[in-house]
Amino acid sequence: MLSYPFMQYAFIASFFISIICAIIGVFVVARKTSFYVHTLSEISFSGASFAIFAGISPIGGMLMFTILSSIFVSLAGRKLSQREASVSVFSAVFIGLGVLFLSLSNKQSSYATNILFGSIVGISKENLYELLLLIAFILLITVFMFRRLKYISFDTIGAEFNAKGTLWIGLLFLILVACTVSVTAQIVGSLLIFSLLTVPASSAKYLATSVHQMMLISFIFSLFGTWMGLYLSYISNWPVSFFITIIEGVFYCFSLLYHKLSTTYRA
Amino acid sequence: MMSKKILQVEQLNVTIPGKVLIHQLSFDVYSGTLLCLTGDNGVGKTTLIKYLLQAAKDTISFQKEIRFNINFDDIQLVPQFRDIDDEFPLSVKDFIVLNLTRQWLPWLIKSENEQLQKIINLTNLNDIKNRALGRASGGEKQRVYLAQALMTHPKLLILDESTSNLDYESRIDLLKLVKKIIAQEQLTVIFITHDPELVQMFGDFELNINNGHGELSNLRLTTKGGKHA
Repeated sequence: MLSYPFMQYAFIASFFISIICAIIGVFVVARKTSFYVHTLSEISFSGASFAIFAGISPIGGMLMFTILSSIFVSLAGRKLSQREASVSVFSAVFIGLGVLFLSLSNKQSSYATNILFGSIVGISKENLYELLLLIAFILLITVFMFRRLKYISFDTIGAEFNAKGTLWIGLLFLILVACTVSVTAQIVGSLLIFSLLTVPASSAKYLATSVHQMMLISFIFSLFGTWMGLYLSYISNWPVSFFITIIEGVFYCFSLLYHKLSTTYRA
Repeated sequence: MMSKKILQVEQLNVTIPGKVLIHQLSFDVYSGTLLCLTGDNGVGKTTLIKYLLQAAKDTISFQKEIRFNINFDDIQLVPQFRDIDDEFPLSVKDFIVLNLTRQWLPWLIKSENEQLQKIINLTNLNDIKNRALGRASGGEKQRVYLAQALMTHPKLLILDESTSNLDYESRIDLLKLVKKIIAQEQLTVIFITHDPELVQMFGDFELNINNGHGELSNLRLTTKGGKHA
């Protein structure tokens, strides 16, 4: 299996994608912006289909659309990304646009399926370099703003009073989420991004006792899910995103069960 | 003997859109003292605090009316409400170091670790430092909040009704701790409270807001006369 270059690329990419999903996912869960990530995934679909229509690389279109909408959401108001009504409007409009661009570009429908649900053969060598560069960028920025990001995410109200520049950190974070979404979409497709970005972190929340542990556990969950998913997809020829979502879903159910059991025992 | 002023407020009008809450407020805050800010709900205590922080934060707001002798970074406010997710695995230790943002390294440097241990000892949190914050009791949480505020070596600490949800014993304990730290660290505290007993027991000054006016009284002179001389 690993003798095929495309499988090697997919395995390497998933390893690094799992790292950023674990780190960014913990903040997404802490900042209660899971629903916004869902919207970003639809926006990224729209961006990718625009890219096909305009003849640029799909990840470029995704980045453009997701980053621009992150900036817009930050400027429009901090609470907007948590407001379900406005977020739903966003989703609908962008899916509509995505459909339009796809039909204008005259590509086959398999192209759309690849964007929406990911593909095991989707990553070429050039894609891999692109992804690794982006991931390095995301990690670098995250490390530099790590402490401030922790402060505004885990103690939002305290930071509002006691820290300067919280708005900028919030904006920068949304841009990082946008980049992470665009990168993750390459493996699981744009519709199932949260299966890697929020589900492992939500599961880890129930098992960990500290933030670092939570990141480590979500990394292990993501990595196991993607690698196992790639393997199962290779031997069964079923879609990789199906396996990833099922594995992450099972992890979540067991974590929740563990949490319920341990809290009833304690009480 | 009077210690030095860290804050002077002169003829400040505290307003919300369409209404003046406090007229022509003037008071001084002295270093190393505990000032209790009292008054009914809605008289403008929280708005006043916001004004003070705003004045410290930028160099445009209220420059005539509010004069600080310290910087914004020397102030820590402990807010009344915090939106801490009880299920989130944030340990007490994790929470205490959240406001250390002057360094950028993702892990703590040696001096920060030493400061953390010192503050944990001071606030008596050794037993629960690795526990999830969501599982701490009300009194423990307030000590954790206090510990976080102390991490940055503040010169002015603002406590917004920190005792309002605590039982009698925890209130007294918390205030005793605050007084101890004031004496040790030359800290100044503004304590917003509705509890007249705590004001009498622990306050050095009381700034009472009533009917749109604020009045400052020196509690050391009126109730425990001579003790300060």
